[in-house]
Amino acid sequence: MSDLWPRIEPLLAKVEKPARYIGMERGAQVPAHGPGKVAWLLLYPDTYEIGLPNQGLQILYEILNERDDAVAERSYAPWRDLDAALRAAGLPLFSVDSHRAAGDFDLLAFNLSAELVYTNVLNLVDLAGVPVRNEDRTNEHPIVIAGGHAAFNPEPLAEYVDAFVIGEGEEVVAEITEVVGAWKRGGQADREHVLHDLATIPGVYVPAMYDIEYDGPRIAAVVPRYPDIADRVDKRTVADLDEWPYPKQQLVPLIEVVHDRLNVEIFRGCTRGCRFCQAGMITRPVRERSAEQVRTMVEQGLRRTGYDEVALTSLSSADFSGIDRVVAGIVDDQDGTGGVSVSLPSLRVDAFTVGIASEIQKVRRTGLTFAPEAGSWRLRQVINKLVLEEDLYAAVDAAYSQGWRRMKLYFLTGLPTEVDSDTMGIAELAKNCVQIGRRHTKQASVTVSVGGFVPKAHTPFMWFGQNGVEELQRKIRMLRDDLRPHRQVNLKWHDPEATYAEGLMSRGDRRVGRVVERVWRAGGTFQEWSEFFALDRWLEACAAEGIDPDWYVTRHRDEHEILPWDHIAAGLHKDFLWQDWRAALAEHGLPDCRWTPCYDCGVCTDYALEHVVASPTAPAGGSQGTGQDLSRGGEVPVTLLPTPRSREAAKPTSATAGVSA
Amino acid sequence: MRGGAQFPVRLQYSKRGKVRFLGHRDVARNIERAFRIQRFPLAFSEGFSPHPKISFGLALTTGFESDDEYLDVEFVEAVDLEALPSVLTAALPPGITVLGAAALDERAPALQEAVTAVEWEVPVTDLDGSAATLGAVEAAIAAALAAEHLECTKVRKGRTSIDDIRPVIRRLAVVEPGAAPGVTSVVAPMVMPMVTMELATVLGKGAKPGEVLAAIGPFTTDRGLRTHQWIERDGMRIAPLHADTRPRVPQARAS
Repeated sequence: MSDLWPRIEPLLAKVEKPARYIGMERGAQVPAHGPGKVAWLLLYPDTYEIGLPNQGLQILYEILNERDDAVAERSYAPWRDLDAALRAAGLPLFSVDSHRAAGDFDLLAFNLSAELVYTNVLNLVDLAGVPVRNEDRTNEHPIVIAGGHAAFNPEPLAEYVDAFVIGEGEEVVAEITEVVGAWKRGGQADREHVLHDLATIPGVYVPAMYDIEYDGPRIAAVVPRYPDIADRVDKRTVADLDEWPYPKQQLVPLIEVVHDRLNVEIFRGCTRGCRFCQAGMITRPVRERSAEQVRTMVEQGLRRTGYDEVALTSLSSADFSGIDRVVAGIVDDQDGTGGVSVSLPSLRVDAFTVGIASEIQKVRRTGLTFAPEAGSWRLRQVINKLVLEEDLYAAVDAAYSQGWRRMKLYFLTGLPTEVDSDTMGIAELAKNCVQIGRRHTKQASVTVSVGGFVPKAHTPFMWFGQNGVEELQRKIRMLRDDLRPHRQVNLKWHDPEATYAEGLMSRGDRRVGRVVERVWRAGGTFQEWSEFFALDRWLEACAAEGIDPDWYVTRHRDEHEILPWDHIAAGLHKDFLWQDWRAALAEHGLPDCRWTPCYDCGVCTDYALEHVVASPTAPAGGSQGTGQDLSRGGEVPVTLLPTPRSREAAKPTSATAGVSA
Repeated sequence: MRGGAQFPVRLQYSKRGKVRFLGHRDVARNIERAFRIQRFPLAFSEGFSPHPKISFGLALTTGFESDDEYLDVEFVEAVDLEALPSVLTAALPPGITVLGAAALDERAPALQEAVTAVEWEVPVTDLDGSAATLGAVEAAIAAALAAEHLECTKVRKGRTSIDDIRPVIRRLAVVEPGAAPGVTSVVAPMVMPMVTMELATVLGKGAKPGEVLAAIGPFTTDRGLRTHQWIERDGMRIAPLHADTRPRVPQARAS
């Protein structure tokens, strides 16, 4: 009996939002399992509402189901009520497509978008009836793999996930399918053998193929266990986005989900160079989809899905070459059945952006979001988010004058070199924005969202000691006290305790995995949900494992330390990142290499890739738009330009691992 | 009243199978989206945030199925009503099937006011979820029908109230598990007694099948099938698709 539906159905009458578990979305595939097929279960380790829209999962779902030798289904984390009901009934995790037991699949493939979902990963593996630790799995168990941005530091899950995909999955899933298919045809014997074969696929990291040697608390060396296993696993990158016009049939969920709209990815990668931003660092280079393909995907997608909103997604959508023409084309293409609105997530901060926004949100002018990220120009140079104050004010003025009433501003606190005057600059900016709004409307209000900064692997800030809980709380209190009399400014913040736990995993090593396991065993699932998060549980788990969390979270690393992800490569040379870190401390900005000469971060040269950008010039707009107006201190540090390139020096597993600066 | 209406249409549809777990509002969203996918010429409301003119009948409790649901929709131009059911069904989630469409009179009252009675088939369990015994259900029904009042505790917006639901019960009967004469469809494992009931729908004072079961004895259910809805007018009992509807859409109309 592979269809568990008759046994799951009675449970669904007793749980919240049962339609999370019925599948049947428009675009859902009818899975055809068979002996010659490798069965993938694609899992998103959070609720259906958060996981369903995930584009990466949907892309792989289609690519795999198009293959003759593969079949793919989906599953999401059951909410705690169904989790308990399944366990009480002795039932396992199941797919939403055909309600097949998770343990019947050949691969359990997780999307790791953030660190706080790690306990859910363990929970889902366990609910699938599969041992949570790699070492306890045998030949009959599925292979547990994971990919996504958080996989760029795979070490905290190294003892729980058999194999990680580093980078983009479009091509590598074919190679994985072939290796696993061969293993199945060979009688599915010798798990070590298939893991070894997986480890020989470029972009696939199998932690069991590497021994970690320690020198006290520090890592002394990462040593491959076989001669044919690479010292370093390089990320996979798709060279031309136009060859991958996926998803072709975006899933249309029956219930409301986040980002409930047509999503069309217009480019991948970002070279703005914001130093806190892991996504911008690990997804280089910039690869634009052709404007023509964007238009086709939008037109066909709207027709197929019935959505009345399309988001043109990327890390900074206003940077797409000729974005204004593309947007105008979409608006003009509509035949007036109620109208379609276009949204551009991750808007750049300038008046040009507001101009586009007013073009596309003719009907629903609800709110606009900008992310200056830091409260002072000095600190914005440190983080290389080169937004001038007048650009922000011009953008805000333009927005209010064109009918918007609510502005949302995103900031980080706890950034490197941040002093209290920088933090208080957040309050000043917000108050000034309200003042500007007042010129246009009495109802002007600004929401300020402040997140605690968590340093991430493969960024120039990976050496920085994160602010502790008390320090972040102090900064937030300071802002709250200052803004209390200002009712038009609505301050929101992330819980510094959750930020601390995220930091533990963000730069954790293999030993941190046991902490994750303990937290999960103590009932700590859904840690991204504030109602279920408790830092005490994390601290107790650290104590029980003899781990000092501050050593991982708040400690500054030095130049010569072997970092837990040094054997994983996003293409960025460690010496480039170190120089960029030094440039940050010197308050030097770095321009966008899409439109200015290459400073050789390492990605394009190492991987023989190039930017795919239709326009050779930067978009018009403020300082951030042109990349020119950096006269107020943002000159390019000369030391960065001719980066010495030596592949040998960048070998991370040797004693002097990648510390050639 | 439908001021400014151009081509009002009433649709009948069913909701069967896994999609029974989809809530009323989500069903509405999916139907609205299906109209868009198939490019029906929906009429939109005026104003700051235009929305299509679709109004739904009585909400169906999540978890319940139905063979007799309705909605009224307005189009800005005539559509092919013969083809509409199959065209719209093709864009709907599996299990939601459009059964019929009829042109609606401009002055037709809203479904929620017009419908006066609904019929249900409901499998009955004891409070612990096991199948109720036929004898116990029969005895409870006999006592309930003989009573003048039947108290039902309801919680609305956090407030508990006690209603007398005896007046809304028109018919209440039970059939044996498995043997089901007169029962049009089986909606649960054949091990449970099936209660059939007809309930009056008085605006704001109706009762749900589960509330009726709880009022007559230590019974409950988490599923059931709505088999019919009725509009009763001038001593006649009319299916909603035939009330206030006209045989075909006029070719032109003065406006």
